[in-house]
Amino acid sequence: MDEERQARINRLKWHCRRALLELDLVFDRFWERYEGSLDEQGEAVLGALLELEDHELWALVSGRETTADPRQAAMIERLREVSPAANF
Amino acid sequence: MSYTVRKFDAVIVGAGGAGLRAAIQLSEAGFKTAVLTKVFPTRSHTVAAQGGVAASLGNSEEDHWHWHMYDTVKGSDWLGDQDAIEFMCRKANEVVVELEHYGMPFDRLDNGKIYQRPFGGHMSNFGEKPVRRSCAAADRTGHAMLHAMYQRNVKVNTQFFVEWQALDLVRDADGDVLGVTAMDMETGEIVVFHAKATIFATGGSGRIYYSSTNAFINTGDGLGMAARAGIPLEDMEFWQFHPTGVAGAGVLITEGVRGEGGILRNSAGERFMERYAPNAKDLASRDVVSRAMTTEINEGRGCGPNKDFVLLDITHLPPETIMKRLPGIHEIGIQFAGVDCLKEPLPVVPTCHYQMGGIPTNYLGQVVVPKGGNPSEPVLGFYAAGECACASVHGANRLGTNSLLDLLVFGKSAGETAVNDLRNTVKAHKPLATESIERALARVDRLNNQKDGADVHETRLAMQRTMQKHAGVFRFKDMLAEGVTRINEIAGQVAQTQIKDKSKVFNTARIEALELDNLIEVAKATIVSANARTESRGAHVRDDAVDTPETPDGRDDKNWLKHTLWYRDGNRLDYKPVQMKPMTVDTIELKKRAY
Repeated sequence: MDEERQARINRLKWHCRRALLELDLVFDRFWERYEGSLDEQGEAVLGALLELEDHELWALVSGRETTADPRQAAMIERLREVSPAANF
Repeated sequence: MSYTVRKFDAVIVGAGGAGLRAAIQLSEAGFKTAVLTKVFPTRSHTVAAQGGVAASLGNSEEDHWHWHMYDTVKGSDWLGDQDAIEFMCRKANEVVVELEHYGMPFDRLDNGKIYQRPFGGHMSNFGEKPVRRSCAAADRTGHAMLHAMYQRNVKVNTQFFVEWQALDLVRDADGDVLGVTAMDMETGEIVVFHAKATIFATGGSGRIYYSSTNAFINTGDGLGMAARAGIPLEDMEFWQFHPTGVAGAGVLITEGVRGEGGILRNSAGERFMERYAPNAKDLASRDVVSRAMTTEINEGRGCGPNKDFVLLDITHLPPETIMKRLPGIHEIGIQFAGVDCLKEPLPVVPTCHYQMGGIPTNYLGQVVVPKGGNPSEPVLGFYAAGECACASVHGANRLGTNSLLDLLVFGKSAGETAVNDLRNTVKAHKPLATESIERALARVDRLNNQKDGADVHETRLAMQRTMQKHAGVFRFKDMLAEGVTRINEIAGQVAQTQIKDKSKVFNTARIEALELDNLIEVAKATIVSANARTESRGAHVRDDAVDTPETPDGRDDKNWLKHTLWYRDGNRLDYKPVQMKPMTVDTIELKKRAY
């Protein structure tokens, strides 16, 4: 991995340190699965989600709320995945 | 390794509730104030607090700070300092009303006053009957509080340093504190924040346990820094546990699940609470349920491959009841236990929730240490507030909703005391003590250059599992003694952790290694203090502390009505008396704690 990408990923990873344990755990699982395959568009979508307040973000991840943005919705699906999708 | 120096009147480490409240005080007084924080302020763990903040406003029925004080002393199992408790309970109304003026959206009564709800342990007339004392903003009290205080800080020009990791205290040969050394995560740059007042508000350290409700950021950074600077840690054996956290994850399963009919079962499927509490069964108090769960696990009746959890069964309840009355539980089961709780029971264990001990302080928010015969001599230039501090208002166990009150009252108090000191006594910066800066730099250097060292993740896990097994909610003499040996061995490995990533920009591996340096100090303090305290009191419950007329429920006031002080140097223990004399009222005399 080039240094520039590593720095971007590290920054995103730190922004995944949240106030709520539930989100910490969800992001931990996400990075284990998707760190290698996250592309620049995925980084941008995740970055935007990480700007949300913790309670708003957990409402999306726990399925209590939904988002109209299809790219955000796809990312939320990945965050919600209990087992990794076979073909992603 | 090089560093730059920046001068401030005050530096505050931590931007949760206590740090933000202290910062308001200093910035409003016109002092140049820096707040260092690992994460953006409104992502501090205070956000997770739901229950409310206690204040005897008496908006719905008669209430009085003296009754609140009584409940707090009783909750603390008489280990709380009664001067600090009186101070906190008397100040409660003032800090809640101030918060309202900052724009906090409290729930309201029809007449416009703040709505107050009942909460466990809140009683009127010295324990007579329940009283409505908790002020809340729906189930987002902590979140709303942080937002109101952050906005206020922006208005009064507090300077935030976001995503900075504090490394170590700067303390000179006189013992005075002159600031902190810190690292900018963005660049890896090291800066000494040279200050006339240094306030720690770094929160709790619940990540020392394998099962914890605390977010990952709760790594006891302030406690680690204080311990390395020679400051003792007080009453670290006292940790509040919640009986039902999801095994392996820590996410809290609300008590409402048992309230709706949830049943705890062991590996044989037995409803074991019938043996421990024939009447209340699964609805027995937190302590009783946690102890019973631990006994089942220790006696080999736990579930799973390692027999290390029990089951919380709600499969007999109608699915519509679960989805309607316990919203969120179904999703938590799926997300964190891989279990559909409508069809299968949830794996649960007693889970660490709140740290009663911390950096010793007085009600003024000054950090205090034994010196020259005085057990509580203030350390010049050093203050602490919130969960990282031990005032001590929670003593051996915390009353619900007193955590948010603690951070408001003592955040303000620490800020106020610092303002007074800056105005009257500490008018100039003392020369920097380079020795303590060099020690901080050497710690980072060691980490950068370590070869053939220990893996951070594995070492942290070994510490967490050891603490869970040996110093959990229910404690055993031999297990504690073994645990001390094991944690000391793990501390040796922590001193030799190695990171593969040596990059400077947002090096999260380095941050996690530095956090582990702090966690291990808290773990040592906890298990060494717990091993030495041979009684049961509040949240510290030992199997070998016998229930006799002189020691009811194992509480031994003759020998153990005293605060523990743990020193990093040689794992040494010292003790200091509990302040039984309040500020103005009569002492709340010792009696058996029963609800």
